[in-house]
Amino acid sequence: MSDSNQDTKAHPIDEYLRSEMLPHIWCPGCGIGIILKAYIKALEKAEIPLEKRIMVSGIGCSGRAAIYLNQDCYHSTHGRPIPFATGLKLANPDLNVSIISGDGDLFAIGGNHFIHAARRNIDINVICINNFNYGMTGGQSGPTTPVDSKTVTTPYGNFEQPFNLPLLASSSGATYVARWTTLDTRRLRDSMAVALKKKGFTFIEVISPCPTGYGRPNRRGEPIDEMKQYQEIWDLREDNWIIQEGADPREAEIRLNENIVVGVFADIDRPTFTDLLQQIEPVRKRRLREVVREDERKVRE
Amino acid sequence: MRPRVLTGTHFMNGDFAAAEGGLAAGCKFFAGYPITPATEVAERMAARLPEVGGVYIQMEDELGSMAAILGASCAGVRSMTATSGPGFSLMQENIGLGAVLEVPCVVVDVQRGGPSTGLPTLVSQQDMMQAKWGSHGDYPIVAYSPASPQECFDITIQAFNTAEKYRTPVLVMSDEVVGHMTERVTIPEEETIKIVDRKHYDGDPAEHLPYRPDEDLIPPMALAGEGCNVHMTGLIHDESGRPLINAETEAILVGRLLDKVGKHAKDIIKYEEIGTEDAVVIVIAYGITGRIANRAVEMARKEGIKAGLIRLITIWPFPVDDIRKLAEGVKTILVPEINFGQIVLEVERVVGGRAAVEKVTYIPGTLPDPDSMLKRIREAAK
Repeated sequence: MSDSNQDTKAHPIDEYLRSEMLPHIWCPGCGIGIILKAYIKALEKAEIPLEKRIMVSGIGCSGRAAIYLNQDCYHSTHGRPIPFATGLKLANPDLNVSIISGDGDLFAIGGNHFIHAARRNIDINVICINNFNYGMTGGQSGPTTPVDSKTVTTPYGNFEQPFNLPLLASSSGATYVARWTTLDTRRLRDSMAVALKKKGFTFIEVISPCPTGYGRPNRRGEPIDEMKQYQEIWDLREDNWIIQEGADPREAEIRLNENIVVGVFADIDRPTFTDLLQQIEPVRKRRLREVVREDERKVRE
Repeated sequence: MRPRVLTGTHFMNGDFAAAEGGLAAGCKFFAGYPITPATEVAERMAARLPEVGGVYIQMEDELGSMAAILGASCAGVRSMTATSGPGFSLMQENIGLGAVLEVPCVVVDVQRGGPSTGLPTLVSQQDMMQAKWGSHGDYPIVAYSPASPQECFDITIQAFNTAEKYRTPVLVMSDEVVGHMTERVTIPEEETIKIVDRKHYDGDPAEHLPYRPDEDLIPPMALAGEGCNVHMTGLIHDESGRPLINAETEAILVGRLLDKVGKHAKDIIKYEEIGTEDAVVIVIAYGITGRIANRAVEMARKEGIKAGLIRLITIWPFPVDDIRKLAEGVKTILVPEINFGQIVLEVERVVGGRAAVEKVTYIPGTLPDPDSMLKRIREAAK
């Protein structure tokens, strides 16, 4: 009896989570849990061995992902998960290194690291949970807040132009760029599995509701209402989602209450930092021979 | 192919010697950002690391450089970076993270005149208090100060050994003169170089608690990718690595971190002592100033003045007990520094009125000369 009792209580992804850390700190209606589950399912689908799975996160609600996963996890400082992950990956290229962090962490305080890691093509997977605001600190505007949105620091409406993340990632050199929402869990999971297997710097943006920080000041109502509104505004099944393979990232800007482009924006192959590091070997040997010859010449003289 | 350890006698500057010290200590990862007068460390590493199967990466800034060397060390690779004042300021953020995650690594700060952009090409010793207090919160730090290119080599090896032994970031507080001075550097045979490895967790991965310390207060370290489900966070955490946001956990964790270095201070502290047995005037100095003070004390002795020198090699933790004891029979302690008075504050605190303590200020950008120091020794001996 006790066995069957246990069976009914066990959640299919329990073994991948640190159950002693639950309940989590995320608000009701938050999308982060959905994204975390998609990551876990993607790891299974991509058949990444447990001991090779590395999660690095930054600071904020999304940064807490590293606290709940039952695998190697490094919860770094605000904005720095990418360079921390860069060190891990270059030191041990066998690791499958992923980052889950928020739009503020990755694109405001950590924006510089993002573009340079993409440019260098460091072989890591970056998953940005974009909820349009700083949730942990109470709903301030950030680098992705849509124009005219209200937040506690844009009480008269945001007038700063937000980043178009797929465009930023593509133009910085990422090998795989996609955008999904928390309403599209299967595509998200499958896309993550592709990114986990893909060589090079991969980037997935996930649009995620934040009823407490972003939904409330923008009159999205209760968490479930916000979800409904996301669905109404950006309804996949009503053809308001524009899903495109090879979509033009220049058309991926997000505007308040307008359609939003999701899909895969880039899927290219180019050598990684580690690949290119191997390629300097013959150059180095040639140079060394020249140095030795020069030394011998000096000795003769 | 040049070997990892360049055994032999070289004519080398202090920055190159620090890089060679790192390589001799087994460093295989360097992340840095160009800055005068520390750039030569990076340049040497860029040339040398590929020869020994290591990785050199030039990061986008010093914030990223510091984060990257922590990541590399978590994967089990000895890592270091080098910078100067402005970059050292940026690194403070993740030096604090390294201290609380207990990640071994080495940071070389080749000090230049400050504050701010300051005097990029000129010497100073103005980052000595920043070395101790630069990151927010209370945390342990170890800092050494080399006085010659040879010491840049030797001390960088020592810094790696201390970092690995105590699982903590260790600083090498060099300066522009030592970094750019070219001198004889003798690199010993590889077999004779003592290398200390971090304690590795060899137990059952299922039983692994990343922050359960042994009796020496140092937890054995499991590396990324070993199946131990390592959890590391900059939040205050318990032995399992789980964040617990309360005063009790802060007391246990930060208390242990401070004790981890504090209770082993005797093992970490190194200094050179000259003529202190009968001295009435003692000079306490470090780095390039310590080397010049050595000359000044020799000159004073020739004049019959009972002068002595403590040349600090370890700056933090500070040799509190030794200096307090020494102060008992001494008239005056002189503390020359190339700053407006930093380590002199620590000396004053430690001496606590047992002897007169005088600061000897050399303005950043000037190199102290032995004659001016001798003059101060003469006055103090009167």
